[in-house]
Amino acid sequence: MSEISIVIGGSAGQGIKTIKYILTRVFKFSGINVFSTKEYESRVRGGINSTEILVSSNTVNTHVDKIDLLLVLKEGVIDHLKNRIGDNTLVLGEKKNISDSEKSQLNNFYNIPIKKLAQDVGKKIYSNSIVVGVICGLFNLDDEIVKNIIQKKFSSKGEQVINKNIEATQAGQEEGLKLKNKNKIEYEIPPDESVTNDILLNGTEAVALGAMNGGCNFVSFYPMSPATGVATFFSKNSDELEIVVEQMEDEIGAVNMAIGGWYAGARAMVTTSGGGLALMNEGLSLAGVTESPMVFHIGQRPGPGTGLPTRMGQEDLLFSLFGGHGEFPRIILAPGDLKEGYELGRKAFELADKYQVPVFILTDQYYLDSDYNISELPFSDKQPNDHIVKSEKDYQRYKLTEDGISPRAIPGNGEGTVEVDSDEHGQNGHVTENFDTRTKMVDKRLKKAEKIKEEYIQPEIYGDDNYKTLLIGWGSTKNAILAALSELDTNKLGYLHLKQLAPLDEYITDRITEAQRTITIENNATAQLAKILAMETEKNIDDNILKYNGLPFSKEELIEEITKIKEV
Amino acid sequence: MADTSKYDLKNIDIAWCPGCGNFQILSTIKKVLAEMDIDPSEAAWSTGIGQAAKIPQYFKTNYFNGLHGRSLPVATAIKAANPNLEVFAESGDGCTYGEGGNHFIHTIRRNPDITNLVHDNRIYGLTKGQASPTTDKGMITTMQFNGVSFEPFNPIGIGVASNASFVARAYSADQKETKEIIKAGIEHDGYALIDLLHPCVSFNKKNTYKWYKEHTYYLDEEYDPYDQEAAFQKSQEREQISLGIIFKNDDKAPFEDTLSAHNKGEKYTPLYERDQKFDVVKDIIEQKRVK
Repeated sequence: MSEISIVIGGSAGQGIKTIKYILTRVFKFSGINVFSTKEYESRVRGGINSTEILVSSNTVNTHVDKIDLLLVLKEGVIDHLKNRIGDNTLVLGEKKNISDSEKSQLNNFYNIPIKKLAQDVGKKIYSNSIVVGVICGLFNLDDEIVKNIIQKKFSSKGEQVINKNIEATQAGQEEGLKLKNKNKIEYEIPPDESVTNDILLNGTEAVALGAMNGGCNFVSFYPMSPATGVATFFSKNSDELEIVVEQMEDEIGAVNMAIGGWYAGARAMVTTSGGGLALMNEGLSLAGVTESPMVFHIGQRPGPGTGLPTRMGQEDLLFSLFGGHGEFPRIILAPGDLKEGYELGRKAFELADKYQVPVFILTDQYYLDSDYNISELPFSDKQPNDHIVKSEKDYQRYKLTEDGISPRAIPGNGEGTVEVDSDEHGQNGHVTENFDTRTKMVDKRLKKAEKIKEEYIQPEIYGDDNYKTLLIGWGSTKNAILAALSELDTNKLGYLHLKQLAPLDEYITDRITEAQRTITIENNATAQLAKILAMETEKNIDDNILKYNGLPFSKEELIEEITKIKEV
Repeated sequence: MADTSKYDLKNIDIAWCPGCGNFQILSTIKKVLAEMDIDPSEAAWSTGIGQAAKIPQYFKTNYFNGLHGRSLPVATAIKAANPNLEVFAESGDGCTYGEGGNHFIHTIRRNPDITNLVHDNRIYGLTKGQASPTTDKGMITTMQFNGVSFEPFNPIGIGVASNASFVARAYSADQKETKEIIKAGIEHDGYALIDLLHPCVSFNKKNTYKWYKEHTYYLDEEYDPYDQEAAFQKSQEREQISLGIIFKNDDKAPFEDTLSAHNKGEKYTPLYERDQKFDVVKDIIEQKRVK
C-alpha cells in the first residue's frame, strides 16, 4: 500500500478550504483514494489551522499523525505542527514563513516562491492555485483533470479568473515536477479506475442526506458549530426538495418549532451542539411527554460552556441520555463512518415516527468535517411509512394500548381533533391530575423502550471472534480504531463498535460478560460510555483509553495506546 | 346568532376563578368560530402555560398545549406544515411577553399567518399574583412588596415600531367588539397580534372591570390604521387606552409564502400529503461522484 499524508498549514481566511476542495477532487478523479480533515480555530481570519489530505492506493477514512508533505503558508505553522513533523517530512513553502531555528531542525525544506510565482501570473491571489499546482506536480497528476476541476470550481467567476487559475496551477505544476525530478521524490500512487466514480462527501453531508432519505422535510435551527453545516446543506437544497428550513431566533424556538412541525404532519429535525441542546432541554422533555416524534442532530464539541467551539469531543453522551426533566424513553444513535451516518440519519426518522419518541443522532466536529470517498450510500426510494392515522370523530391521541404506542393522528386529517398536552393528560389529551391515570401514562410512555429494543441496531464486532480483551467504542472513533487494529496483532483482541447507545440491548451485556477484559475508547475525560455500560450491564468496564484535548485519536496514537493496554 | 354547540365540551372542569375575564374570551372565541364557520377539525390552537393557556381544553378544537412561553414557534410551525389550518397562538401576558419575549419579537418579523390572542390581565394569575411584564409601575403585588420598579412592557408599541402586519387591542368584557376584532385578525393574511385586556379578579386589584370601563375607548372610523405615526402615538397612551385595530401593514408576505415548501412546491399543500422528493436526494448523491 502506498499512502502519503499531505498537510497544508496556514491561517483562517487564506483559502486552504479552496485548496482542499480542488485537491481532494483532483485526487479522486485521478483514481486515488482520498481522506481529508481540518483542525481550525474559532475565528474567521488569522490564527493557525491545518488541513490534512491523506491519499492512498487503498481506502482511507481516518487521519494519521505523520506528515509526509507539509505546505507552510504562514509563519507559526512549523511550531503548531512540530509534534507531527518527522525526519522524513518534506516541508515546502516560502522561507520567510520559517524561522532560522525552525529551519535548522528541518531535514528536508525547500523554498517555493509561491507569492512570486503567483505575481508572475498576475496577482497574489493566485497563490492557492500555485500550491494546488505544486502538489499536483509532485504527484505527477494529469493536467486535464486539474484543469477540469478548476473550471468547475471557478465557473461562476468568469473566463478570466478560470484561465488565470489554470495558468497558476500550471506554473505550480512545473515547479512541483522540477522539485520531484531534482530530489527524486517518489509520490506515485497506482490509480484505481473505480475510485473515479466514487462519492466524495463529509459527515455533515452523510447525516443530512440520510435524514433527507428518511423523509425529513422540516429543519429549524440556530447556528452553532460544528452542527450548522447540516442545516446549510438542507437550506442549499431546499428549493429542489420543496421543504421548510428556518433559522430561528434561538435554540428554544428551534426545538419548539420542530415539535410543532411534527404535530402538524411534518418530519422535522433540529441540528445543534451541546450548548444548544442545553437550551433545548425543556423541548426534549416536551417531546417526551407529548409523545412527539423528534430528531435531534447533536454535533458534539468539547465543553463545558463555550468550550472549544471548533474542536472534537464526545462529551454529550450522558447529557443526551439524561437530558430533559422527568422520565421518558429516547433513542440515541451514533454513526462511526459515512455510511452509518446516512443509514442512521434515515433510521432516526423511521424510529422517531414509529415509536413517537425523541431520537438523537450524535456526531462530532471531526466526523462532520472529514471527507473521504466511498462507493455507495444505501439510498432507498421507498417512501417512508409515516405512521399517521386518519382521525375518527372521537379520536383520542393517547389511547392506552398494549405496547404503549397510540395511533398518531394530525390536525386537519380526519373528522376528529388532536389534543396534545405537556401537562400530564388522560387518553383524550386533556389535563388531568388523577393519580391512577398518571401512573398509567408514565407506564405507557416507558414501556415503549422495551418495544424499541426489539429492533435494536446491532453493533459491529471486529478482530478476533474469540476475544479475551474487548475494545468498545462509539461514534467517530471507529475508523481510527480499525486502522490501528489493521496494524496490530489482534489475537484474542476484539472490538465492539456501538451504533445504538440507548436503549441498550441484552446482546451488549452478553458480549461484555464473555470478555475477560473490557476497555472503552472515548473522546472524553470521564469515560461516559463505560458509565452507561456499567449501569446497564451491571458489569464494570476494566479500563479506558481517553482523549479530551479537542483533537481526535490518530491511528498511531491508538496503536500505541492499545499496545500499552494489551500488555498490562 | 350562530350555533356554538359544536364547540362545547361536556364534563369539563374549568380551572378559572369565578368572574374571570377568561370566561368572556372563551365565549367570544366560540362565537367567532361559529360565525366564520370554522369547524373544530379545521382550527389548531397552540398555547403556552398559565391560566389563559388552558383555554383550548375548554372547547372542541385541535390543540397543542406546550411549554411556557413557546406558543408562537409551535403555531408558526403548524401553519408552515399545514397552511390549510386556521392557526391560533393563545396565552397570557407573562407567557407571551415575558418568557416568550424573544419569540414575540421574531414572530412579528417572520409574519406567519396566525392569530395571536394575548390575554393581558397585567398580572401573573396561575402562580398567584406576581408582577407581569405589563403590570403598572408602582403597583404592589404578592411579590413586589414595594411596588413594581419598572415601566410596563408595551406590546402595541413594539408591534407598531417593528412594522407588524396587524396590531389590535380589545377588552374582554366588550364581547361584541372583541369578536369583530378577532375576526379581522383571522381574515388578515399574516401575523395578527391581539392584545386582549381583561381583569384578574383574584390578583389585580387595580385594573378591574370598572377601571377598564373608565380607561378605554374605541378608535373611530376616521382613524387610519395604515398610518404608522398615528399608530405609534396610540401605542403611547397611558390614561385613556384605545381599542380596535391600531396598526395594519399589508406589504409583508406571510411566512409560509417565503418557504421553498410553498413557493417552490405545491402551494399550501400540507407536508404530510406530499411524497418525499427522493429523486432529488438521489441526484444530490450522484453529483457527489464529481464527474
